[in-house]
Amino acid sequence: MFDSLKDKLQDVFSALGKRGALRESDVDAALREVRLALLDADVALPVVKSFVATVREKAVGSDVLKSVRPDQQVIKIVNDALTEVLGSEPAPLNIAVNPPAVILMAGLQGSGKTTTAGKLALRLRTRERKKVMLASLDVTRPAAREQLRILGEQAEVGVLPEADRESPAQIAKRALQAAKLQGFDVLILDTAGRVTIDEGLMAELREVKALTNPHEVLLVADAMTGQDAVTTATAFNEAVDITGIVLTRLDGDARGGAALSMRQITGCPIKLVGVGEKQDALEEFDPARMAGRILDMGDVVALVEKAAENIEQEEAERLAKRMAKGQFDMNDFLSQLRQLQKMGGLGGIMGMLPGLGKMQKQIAAAGIDDSMIRRQEAIILSMTKKERSSVGLLNASRRKRIAAGSGTSVQEVNRVVKQYQEMAKMMKKLGGKSGASMMKALMGGGMGGMPGGMPGGMPGGMPGGTSGGGMSGLGGLGGGLPGNLPGGKGGLPGLPGGLPGLGGKPSGKKK
Amino acid sequence: MSWLKKLTSGLSKTSAKVTASLSSLLGRSAIDAASIEEVEDALIAADLGTRVAARLAEGVRRHKFDGEVTAPALAAALADGITEILDPVAMPLEIDPAKRPHVVLLVGVNGSGKTTTAGKLAQQWRQQGKSVMLAAGDTFRAAAIEQLLVWGERTGTEVVAGDQGGDAAALAYQAMERASAQGTDVLIIDTAGRLQNRSELMDELAKIVRVIRKLDDSAPHDSVIVLDGTVGQNAISQVSAFKEVADVSGLIVTKLDGSAKGGVVITLADTFGLPVHAVGVGEGADDLQPFEARDFANALAGVPDTGA
Repeated sequence: MFDSLKDKLQDVFSALGKRGALRESDVDAALREVRLALLDADVALPVVKSFVATVREKAVGSDVLKSVRPDQQVIKIVNDALTEVLGSEPAPLNIAVNPPAVILMAGLQGSGKTTTAGKLALRLRTRERKKVMLASLDVTRPAAREQLRILGEQAEVGVLPEADRESPAQIAKRALQAAKLQGFDVLILDTAGRVTIDEGLMAELREVKALTNPHEVLLVADAMTGQDAVTTATAFNEAVDITGIVLTRLDGDARGGAALSMRQITGCPIKLVGVGEKQDALEEFDPARMAGRILDMGDVVALVEKAAENIEQEEAERLAKRMAKGQFDMNDFLSQLRQLQKMGGLGGIMGMLPGLGKMQKQIAAAGIDDSMIRRQEAIILSMTKKERSSVGLLNASRRKRIAAGSGTSVQEVNRVVKQYQEMAKMMKKLGGKSGASMMKALMGGGMGGMPGGMPGGMPGGMPGGTSGGGMSGLGGLGGGLPGNLPGGKGGLPGLPGGLPGLGGKPSGKKK
Repeated sequence: MSWLKKLTSGLSKTSAKVTASLSSLLGRSAIDAASIEEVEDALIAADLGTRVAARLAEGVRRHKFDGEVTAPALAAALADGITEILDPVAMPLEIDPAKRPHVVLLVGVNGSGKTTTAGKLAQQWRQQGKSVMLAAGDTFRAAAIEQLLVWGERTGTEVVAGDQGGDAAALAYQAMERASAQGTDVLIIDTAGRLQNRSELMDELAKIVRVIRKLDDSAPHDSVIVLDGTVGQNAISQVSAFKEVADVSGLIVTKLDGSAKGGVVITLADTFGLPVHAVGVGEGADDLQPFEARDFANALAGVPDTGA
């Protein structure tokens, strides 16, 4: 029915061929589409407005990277912001308390409270090995208590026996007492569905809460909810201070904008999602997947990953170009260290390079590990901008300051400077030469501190360069080889030239 | 309490919102683009969806106001636009006396209020002196059968029920046989809630319809989708899928006694043109009311109630 946001953004930006910073007008055009996509996904209007404003701030003026199209970049910004709002931290249930932990379920009629209570009981019994009791406070809907009893039996958990003519508050009291006496770990209280504007029923819910002091108050909400999500979430939150949200019917085809609305309005995490009719169909919430769903882009994840990859690829190319000109300063050095870390650190790289497996041991023996790279990074980060671009400035007192700032010693700072100088010298020497001769020059020695040097004959292009440059750029292990940096797609981002001095140990050439 | 009062009290929050957003436009003789956007936003916040909201707002912009734009005039213009869309679809359920039974099939997603609506419909027709039979076709959800049995007792209606986990189509067939044998006026068949994208569950529903038609090829005479009033734009996907599988002939919108605006009804009317038979405004047996286009439009747009 709707064109996907991706297509629309592509249209918006198709006229925009050139690179540079994202202009305000381009961003606004794109955000109009984002706004519509969010509204079509049932994200509540006030939430859409504030979200779009946030994204606009991030997007305007941000550099459009060479290998990323503007639409991809906007999608990445939107997707990242959405994922962040939806929750970047896992949100486990707070049940590690002095038993019984009390969980109160609340929500509108038909949102799925009773079904969710049953699923939750099963989950806590099987996954967390808790002794669970279910109690229904729903005296309104016909056979609601019967329904919970059946679900409890299926989940093989305790169910509070029904008694006649009790108010929800009375049942709650009795349930709490029974759970305490019978040694249950968790007590789940199911309540009647209620419309938020029914003051009487909301007061009843407050009373139950005051009586039982629940550790979790879960708002159960239907993923298909429209704009009313804001009113519902606000009203329940004001009445009983919810601690988390359970989103049901996520196995349907609704885009589930209500998730964003309720998360934003209440500040409460979405703790669980219902994904089917079976009793074990209750899962943890995945913000990244939800973001893609709201934006209606099945392939958003892949696209975003690719965009991120391209960004790194681009950085690698930039570095390689600089090196080809013989330019190499501390910032470049830092950038290399970081790329190295992103690729899984030394161990990761060694593991990927054929024939280098056994070198890992030697490296370890020489005391080179990833913590060293992190220390080197800290040292560079403790330098000022000026110092990073002209290392000549680094006199004794500056070095002392840097050592203190990075929590290292002056000796270590000296070592980093020395490594850098060796690398820079090499870069200068190599600048402008072809890949092959650079390789040769490098192999001839000067792998600043790499113990044992590289095994001879590292092929320039790396055999791993499969499928459009799967490991493109890794050839750079042997030196800054701009020629080896095809703008390949997929795979690892290019590791630009010359693995930085690696070693902290004096460059022993011992084998 | 009249249905309109209930609906209006439920919609009061919306009306307040719409009126508030419109108040900035008052006292001007023409409406500018920014103001129209406010009207549009207010409609979107009532679940009308971006497309229909834009069209209605545009209608207000083109409206020729006599002199200055006043709050009532603006609300009235908006209500007129909404009524135009809703008027053709406001049609109560009519029982064909020639059919015995007249079969009403209730379908919809989980938790939309099918079982409750079945009970309320039974109540309504019992009060009109008709003989009614209920069929507990939700054999999946725990205690759904018991829930319908309670409604049967409340309304003095016979309930045909099997076991949980049984074959819903077989039960529908059995109910059809019994209702025709007894010459019952209306047979209401409740079904299990199912999400419209679950094809195996939709196939089950298709089977129920096939089986009913074996006994009466004109049945079900009304295939009604029950929609939750709080639903957003997914309602479009729901109606479209159930229409295909169960020949949906009309809709009932429930839970309009809450803060939800049910504005998606307007979008649905605009998209499908299917009759809107009734609205649910509470949990009581009498809380099912005929759908009145003008009243609904007035309540949504915030036109003051001038009726008796």
